[in-house]
Amino acid sequence: MILPPEFLDWFARQGWRPHPHQLALLAATGDSLLIAPTGGGKTLAGFLPSLVELAQVGRSHGYLENGESAKGSVHTLYVSPLKALTADIGRNLARPVAELGLGLRVEDRTGDTGQSQRRRQRVDPPEILLTTPESLALMLSYPEAPAIFGGLRRVVLDELHALAESKRGDQLMLGLARLRALAPGLRVTGLSATVEDPQALAGFMAAARPVTVVEADPGPDPDIAMLPTARPAPWSGGGGHHAIPEVLAAVKAARTTIIFINTRAQAELFFQALWAANDENLPIGLHHGSLARESRARVEAAMAAGQLRAVVATGSLDLGIDWGAVDLVIQVGAPKNVKRLVQRIGRANHRYNAPSKARIVPANRFEQIECLAALEAVRERDLDGDPRGPGPLDVLCQHILLTACAAPFDADALYAEIVSAGPYRGLSRADFDACLDFAATGGYALRAYDRWQRLMLRGGLWQLRDARAAKLLRMNVGTIVEAEMMKVRLRGRGGAPLGEVEEVFAASLTPGDSFLIGGRVVRMDAMREMVIEVTPDPTHQPKIAVYSGVKLAMSTQLAHRVLALIGDPSRHDALPAQVRDWLGLQAEVSALPEPGLLLSESFPHAGLWHFALYGFAGRNALQTLGLLLTREMEEEGLGPLGFLSTDYALLVWSLDALRDPAPLLDRARLRAGLGDWLAGNAVMKRSFRNVATIAGLIQRNMPGQRKSGRQATFSSDILYDTLRKYDPGHLMLRITADEAGRGLVDFGRIEEMLDRSSRREHRMLDRVSPLAAPLLLEMGRVPIRGEGRERLAQIEAEALMAEAGLEGIA
Amino acid sequence: MSGYGFDFHGLRLEARGSGALWWAAGGWLVVADLHLGKSERMARRGGPLLPPYEGLATLERLEAEIAALDPRVVVSLGDGFDDLAAAEALEPRVAAALARLAQGRDWIWVAGNHDPGMPVDLPGRASDGAMLGRVALRHQAGQGPDISGHFHPVLRLAGERRRAFLLGRDHLLLPAFGAYTGGLSQDDPALAALVPQGLAIACGPRAIALPLLRRGRR
Repeated sequence: MILPPEFLDWFARQGWRPHPHQLALLAATGDSLLIAPTGGGKTLAGFLPSLVELAQVGRSHGYLENGESAKGSVHTLYVSPLKALTADIGRNLARPVAELGLGLRVEDRTGDTGQSQRRRQRVDPPEILLTTPESLALMLSYPEAPAIFGGLRRVVLDELHALAESKRGDQLMLGLARLRALAPGLRVTGLSATVEDPQALAGFMAAARPVTVVEADPGPDPDIAMLPTARPAPWSGGGGHHAIPEVLAAVKAARTTIIFINTRAQAELFFQALWAANDENLPIGLHHGSLARESRARVEAAMAAGQLRAVVATGSLDLGIDWGAVDLVIQVGAPKNVKRLVQRIGRANHRYNAPSKARIVPANRFEQIECLAALEAVRERDLDGDPRGPGPLDVLCQHILLTACAAPFDADALYAEIVSAGPYRGLSRADFDACLDFAATGGYALRAYDRWQRLMLRGGLWQLRDARAAKLLRMNVGTIVEAEMMKVRLRGRGGAPLGEVEEVFAASLTPGDSFLIGGRVVRMDAMREMVIEVTPDPTHQPKIAVYSGVKLAMSTQLAHRVLALIGDPSRHDALPAQVRDWLGLQAEVSALPEPGLLLSESFPHAGLWHFALYGFAGRNALQTLGLLLTREMEEEGLGPLGFLSTDYALLVWSLDALRDPAPLLDRARLRAGLGDWLAGNAVMKRSFRNVATIAGLIQRNMPGQRKSGRQATFSSDILYDTLRKYDPGHLMLRITADEAGRGLVDFGRIEEMLDRSSRREHRMLDRVSPLAAPLLLEMGRVPIRGEGRERLAQIEAEALMAEAGLEGIA
Repeated sequence: MSGYGFDFHGLRLEARGSGALWWAAGGWLVVADLHLGKSERMARRGGPLLPPYEGLATLERLEAEIAALDPRVVVSLGDGFDDLAAAEALEPRVAAALARLAQGRDWIWVAGNHDPGMPVDLPGRASDGAMLGRVALRHQAGQGPDISGHFHPVLRLAGERRRAFLLGRDHLLLPAFGAYTGGLSQDDPALAALVPQGLAIACGPRAIALPLLRRGRR
């Protein structure tokens, strides 16, 4: 297709020229994937083919002349991960649609869409429908789905790189496979930010035919550097507060800045510290996932209107509307992976051809090394990313149940449709059958539900036994399972909502306790059902709310770069002087870790023996290794008392020294230990809860459910324990084991660490080494309750007895 | 499994870590809210198909207590079945287990709100309640002093959710013994009204007594 004259005129009237990548998408005949940074006219690129087509079709069928569209099917479906984004796109599209006289209806359909509009969209859909993956799954579960989507010509998938990183992407691809079956000849366009492997993303969204990858001109190299600070970074921990004067100066010099911080708790603290120093009263906002929707919306609106000079945000602002005025991105704390950093820098791309400006603030000395490695990676455009695993089976179970809600289905046909979806291309028939069996009968070894099966086979087709079950299934669409949260509100009638905190944190509060939320210190007055009532209390020292969840670990590639940097003294000139001296001392006193070497040390400190292992495997994997190693040390009688892990090291302290770690690091021994340990612990239970909820074993949302009391629901832990005891081979346990292994446990990275370390070296030192010293200051110690603690108690008791002159008394 | 001993209106009782209540003097073992057949009932109503093992799991735990204590009388203090249809559709293995457990002892099914009657072919006899001295045994608390169930009290201890007994001046509330039972937090107004002060006894490998925590109640 080429751009018709009236479109060229329209571009000219805006003072624009079509970008090469916009024309490339227009010319593409099959499916396409556009890789472009923010501000590159990505959205328009995605919609141009539809607008051109609708202009031509409309003209020939005359349905644009009277301003009414033909009833029946959607022409173009747009999917994005955020409701706010679909609303924004709707507004942006309205202009060209109106100015080109296209007379189309553009509507969005998300969780926020009202009931009457939903009903109308089922029978009289608009030409262009904007939606989210969950709402699409819901629409596909209606019997009217073939009518709504039968005439679908185009699909636009926005922020595809983000969707591909989670189960939402898997669910979306299954939905896409359905759309392709309902509307053969459908053309799909993916829109993505910069990624490390565009071909892999193309494969993710592809069906039978290959996808054309269009890479937009990435624009000039970003202007990215460390932010120099007067005060040096602390040795460990730290939230970047030492850099606050310089951060404020940078904000003042720019128009609008986004300050990215890795965790919600740190964002709250940094925001508070920033305001304490904000003498000029620059308007600065806060944005993270636990703040009330109203607060976040207010901040977003203020950003869009150019009323804020800066926003302190977590990953909550990684996606979203392109606010043209952002011209500086500050990353506080090490970025953990390069790809995310590059995508964030891309947010500061207010003019397509101007370099994005970004500054990095390492929070401590070790992070200075990590940030330098990240900077080098960005400059070399060397992005990281672990290959995606196969499509998860819990999402598949939900999909099978939703398919039955729409209409009876043939198992063979459904299987064929599913394996046409990228993530499920390798799905075995056996696994499909296991999921179908689960959906139909629960998949139990004990066949207990023949009478009450959820799905029944009738006339060769599978269908819902009870059509009323569809309502409950539709209420629980989605793959996002959140931790149990409690809402926080200001006390008083119509008290404003401030946000949410996790239930576990709420349970630790008593009336009178203060905590920090939304940048304010509040005092807890009362807790009722799922709501905490608070009053502002600026005078007290607040507790810090802890938001649990998978802590992002340093990526494998970044870890390799850091290891290479540390191990090569000739490159240390690029590091700040204190860091250089620190590493130099480490080389003298012990040894420097380097690629191919797994270095460990044992040294005495504060009356205990310490064992440090420089694994560079990321904090999750090293935490798992800590749990496994301490179990082995316990067995060997070394009396371990506790451990902690960071992205680069594991530190264990014990009563007796570990002199030869080699046998404990034996791969088979570690794997056996992992199997035992995984069986009963909290990581598995949490994974199980997520998997069971997505697959439909646990229903979160029930009709007319009263939130108070919670008598109806019971803990998923009970189901987990029951299955382990009576049905250990059950599908849900299998899926859980896979997922737990990959996530928090990250055992794969322990194996990767062992694989890349052909040499092991263990040093016995007479005191703490320079590289281990910051570890001693780290928080997040995990205590071990073993024999070591008993012995310690005994030693302490004996000491007290001796002091009291009672030694030798039995 | 060690329990917690206490006195209640002239009775010496033990709150077992399993959630059962033991009166040694008379040899009475009392359990509340077994909710047998819950998975079948949920399946019948078109909900998700839960692992159909809760009957076995519940009775296994009950069997352990019966083996340890050899009670003369076993009382199911209401809601022994999730509903009547579940009682009638009880799986053969579970029915057989019940029959075995009831052999040689008196078995009383106190009516609850979920199971107001009792199917004919199960061991034991139906009743609206019983008396232990001057303390009434009933499904839902009424005029004290009484021992009752119905509310499924739970509390948080060391970051974990645990079932618990609530011991007050006039009312002793038992935790739900059944495997698939939800819980009501001990600081819910309904529970606070019945047991405004006293002790909570958390279930687990050992019964742990704690003072009742009233958080933020207005």
